[in-house]
Amino acid sequence: MAATKTTVDITAAMVTEAVPLADWLLVAPVLLTMAGGAISIIFRKKSATQPWIAITTIALVILSNIGLLNHVLTNGVVTMVMGSWLPPFGIAFTADPLGALLALTASVATMCVAVFAMNSIAENERRYGFYPFLLMLLCGVTGSFLTGDIFNLYVWFEVLLISSFGMQILGNEKVQIDGAVKYAVLNLIATTLFLAATGLLYGLVGTLNMADIAGKLKAFDNSGPMLGLATLYFLAFAMKAAAFPVNFWLPASYHTPRLVVAAIFAGLLTKVGVYALLRVMLLLMPEGRDWLASLIGIVAIATMLTGSLGALAQTDIRRLMAYLVIAGIGAMMAGIAVGNEVAVSGAIFYSMHSVLIMTALYLLVAFMFQMSGTFSLREIGGLYIRTPLGAGIGLILLLAVAGLPPFSGFWAKLLLVAGALEAGRGWVAAGILVSGLFTTIAVGRLWIFAFWRGGNEHTVDGIQALPIARSSDAADISWSIWLPLIILTALIFVIGILPETMMSITENGAKTLIDPTAYIGSVFGGIR
Amino acid sequence: METLFSVLVGILFAGSIYLLLSRKLVRILLGIAILGNAVNLLIFTAGRLTRDVPPIIPLKSYLPVEATANPLPQALVLTAIVISFSFLAFFLVLGYRAYQELGTDDLLDMRVAEPKEHSEPPLGY
Repeated sequence: MAATKTTVDITAAMVTEAVPLADWLLVAPVLLTMAGGAISIIFRKKSATQPWIAITTIALVILSNIGLLNHVLTNGVVTMVMGSWLPPFGIAFTADPLGALLALTASVATMCVAVFAMNSIAENERRYGFYPFLLMLLCGVTGSFLTGDIFNLYVWFEVLLISSFGMQILGNEKVQIDGAVKYAVLNLIATTLFLAATGLLYGLVGTLNMADIAGKLKAFDNSGPMLGLATLYFLAFAMKAAAFPVNFWLPASYHTPRLVVAAIFAGLLTKVGVYALLRVMLLLMPEGRDWLASLIGIVAIATMLTGSLGALAQTDIRRLMAYLVIAGIGAMMAGIAVGNEVAVSGAIFYSMHSVLIMTALYLLVAFMFQMSGTFSLREIGGLYIRTPLGAGIGLILLLAVAGLPPFSGFWAKLLLVAGALEAGRGWVAAGILVSGLFTTIAVGRLWIFAFWRGGNEHTVDGIQALPIARSSDAADISWSIWLPLIILTALIFVIGILPETMMSITENGAKTLIDPTAYIGSVFGGIR
Repeated sequence: METLFSVLVGILFAGSIYLLLSRKLVRILLGIAILGNAVNLLIFTAGRLTRDVPPIIPLKSYLPVEATANPLPQALVLTAIVISFSFLAFFLVLGYRAYQELGTDDLLDMRVAEPKEHSEPPLGY
């Protein structure tokens, strides 16, 4: 017994060697965003410096995330434990290709939003804390992607949730408060269900470390309680991801906040729900996923159809985009329902694509509003003549969200369909293709109405209407609006033309999820 | 003991779900408050209720000598209490502002973001 010894041997409970410098990249994004958020709160009255604090911070986060992704791809899954306590006791931060890729994509999207907001968030709203909230939101999202502890995941969920509440009501308008009530209540209930499931899981296996849970659940004889927990987790995360039939909060609230805020919400928040589903269903409870596969498949198809048909039925462009978010969530869930390597790789590819495309589309809506002064599909029109470049960007983004080649969405859908056919789930593949067709019709209508026709709906064909009141000229559009749009469009185009690198990363991510040996080995064996 | 607590957790969940299904915003907020406490009690119960000595490790050893009470659920519950309390505070303000701005606490009348009569999308091209 150790009590009789004179000196205590701490190697059995602690990591004694120093953490290698490269492993600090794991916590760097979280530390940087926390520090940046705190600094921008200190400077909250200097609204001119705030954007630059945020942009510098996010630039550092992007660099650190690139380093982390590179580190993970060359050295495999990386783990760092807090306080150097040996797992499963110390809270582990574990980066696999899935987490590192999504963290990098999220920081790129946040950067675009931070630049875009320089011109579109009013000065008094900066003082109410747009930039601190943005940084803390990124902190919560990155923390969720990189943590290896399920209770810690809950804490990051709450960090991003409270920041998102602050951003949702920025502007303090009637419509925002109405949207915030629905958004906040339903998201909090979902997170509380997640906490309840985690409490029960802890009661079942006595650990919170994800790698430890994965190992212990595999050795479990009685699968009954685990299947119940898998269902509860599925409900909680499906609610966060806005899957059918728990999707109603999303179109009720995403058109109410400022458009840059909606852009970052659409890009990041629902994807965190999908990420958590991928993590819990595939890494922790593969048996639960097999059991739920048909249910997830039905939910996925219903979600895709709700999203694409809902998008067809909208007059307000912002609400149309909200339904496109839901359609994308369905496609990612289809990948989880199929569950083989190709389909999961497709789901990861789609999440990455969806972060970029949904952010870009909401920024496009903000741009279109500035050019035309309206959100109504009936009133808008004639944008092609006024801004050919904007029309080109719009066409690329809208075709990409529908999953048409040669843009990034095509490869994600290709992998999903190929995976579904390989697993003999043709009905899931059919669902993806049918919903893709409806989405194409919806976005095609949007492009024709907003850009192609000469003016609003009363304009006779071939006539160019006069510019609408409250709209600005293409020359007046500031660089801070063009730059994020062009960067996001370029990324979507380049990934679409050269998908091999991205595919190898997502394939790597899918392998690590489906066969957790590398993940568990990194947490328990590879402690350096 | 655990059985008793499980029943209590069940009753709290039932009560909170009943309140959450209400149309009135204040009842929904009360439901959220109860839901948070139900989950806290659930975590506490899931960590097993044992009457044991505090988890204090004697000097110069790194394992406790005998069975001790489980400190982890308490740490988890403490975290969850702080978070649910701060969210409740935010919700109370949000609910009050919603009542001030929208003039109603009935969710069916809160139709500012999604008006009942909306124009149809353009039909045809």
